[in-house]
Amino acid sequence: MRRQIPLMLVFIFGIFMIFQYFVPHESSEWIYEFLLDWIYIIGIFALALGIWSLIRVSVAKIKAHKSGWGYPIITLAGLFLMILFGFTGYRDGSWGFYFMTAEGLSNPMFRHFFDYIMIPIQSTMFALLAFFIASAAYRAFRARNIMASLLLVAALVVMLRFNPYLGPIGPVIADTASWLLNVPNLAAKRAIIIGVGLGMVATSLKIILGIERGYLGKG
Amino acid sequence: MNIFDRMMSLDRRWVFLLLVVVCAVTYIVPFQVPIRVEGEVRSIYDFIDTLKPGEIVFIAIDYDPNALAELHPMCYAVMEHCFRKNLKVIVTALSQNGPGMAEQAILNISDSLMLDREYNGVLYEGREIRNGEDYAFLGYKPYFALVILGMGQNFRIPFPTDYYGTPLDSIPMMQGVQNYDQVACVVDLSAGNITDAWISYGQGRFYFPLALGLTGVMGADYYPYLNSRQIFGLMAGLYGAAQYEEMANNPGLAKDGMRVQVYAHLVIILFILMGNIGYFMGRRDEKK
Repeated sequence: MRRQIPLMLVFIFGIFMIFQYFVPHESSEWIYEFLLDWIYIIGIFALALGIWSLIRVSVAKIKAHKSGWGYPIITLAGLFLMILFGFTGYRDGSWGFYFMTAEGLSNPMFRHFFDYIMIPIQSTMFALLAFFIASAAYRAFRARNIMASLLLVAALVVMLRFNPYLGPIGPVIADTASWLLNVPNLAAKRAIIIGVGLGMVATSLKIILGIERGYLGKG
Repeated sequence: MNIFDRMMSLDRRWVFLLLVVVCAVTYIVPFQVPIRVEGEVRSIYDFIDTLKPGEIVFIAIDYDPNALAELHPMCYAVMEHCFRKNLKVIVTALSQNGPGMAEQAILNISDSLMLDREYNGVLYEGREIRNGEDYAFLGYKPYFALVILGMGQNFRIPFPTDYYGTPLDSIPMMQGVQNYDQVACVVDLSAGNITDAWISYGQGRFYFPLALGLTGVMGADYYPYLNSRQIFGLMAGLYGAAQYEEMANNPGLAKDGMRVQVYAHLVIILFILMGNIGYFMGRRDEKK
């Protein structure tokens, strides 16, 4: 039964969702909306599970004094501080905890932690990529054979397409880049998208019909 | 080790150093880089520019701070254009850190809109934009595909209240606004696979005009949708944002950033050419 019930549920809801798409009846829409609500409810449990898992793993690392055990302290401090600030707000002349309303959004600390810690950290991490890409491009883009040469030329053309200092060849490069994006790139991407789409349909049907059962785990 | 071997195996710290110097100098020294506007960006600008005051543009801010450098300028340019044209804007944020980005953008644009400005020969008087009247910020909900589908039925399904907890029915500009049918177009600014959901579940099912603003690396992946007319416009990376600013005659973060990007690309090209010259000359010596 532990395997039959999930298989049955997947079959029933999978088939329903396929047919629902083609049935614009009110009752079909109602069931569809009802099912969407259920996905949120399941998602909330997944969120709680994720937070619990993060706390458990972090606490275990801190207790065991594993290498880098200071980082989980920062992780937990960030987690609890943001939760605290998010639920603390100002209303009717005084500060208080508000769990059901959005007063926490006006808490300046909630805003400042995001603006002055989160944004600079994430932006910096992403900006570092520029240096690694520069170094990787220098090492990897070598015209060793015809295919590598084609890749190299295409990369140079696309990189140069918005360079305004190329004089009369500037528009030629821009047009060539536009052709590369709109013709060979489009053809290749379209083939990939169609292939992926067909693969998704096949995999979905296999799951709905119970042929693919990997999602059930080994239990 | 001869000079060609050295050209091929330069220590990567030299690459980093030259890139830092070029980025710093071009950032500090103020000058403008000419921008050539392409059709895919022009079509977004033209679409928004021809909307009548009061029409609604839906802007989906689906990016986190890591894509801020490329997508925030796009967001500022499009949103300011909408508000200057007296259009109404519905904003959602379907990535986890999106609400912070959206709120920051709205606050900064609100300040900028207080000033009188002249764009393309038209004087726009400064005004205060009001939450609920000029824009509605619906906030974040998880499971973006479901949210996009839900909004196709009614915005109130995934968002019974806005980000600040006000019921959608109490928001003046949301009166009579049920779903995408009341929206002139959707502009999705995204740095991830939320874009695919907007194309497949949003435009594919509800047929609204959709334009995309993406990071530079994502741009090439979405050209097929432009060709198939599933999207009516595409802005890719900082260059896309700079083109929009150029069209709007409103130079901002993107045009500022373009001078850094143009020269950083030249440095990368220089190193690629240097490596290849070293490689070919080295091979020639080996053959001899």
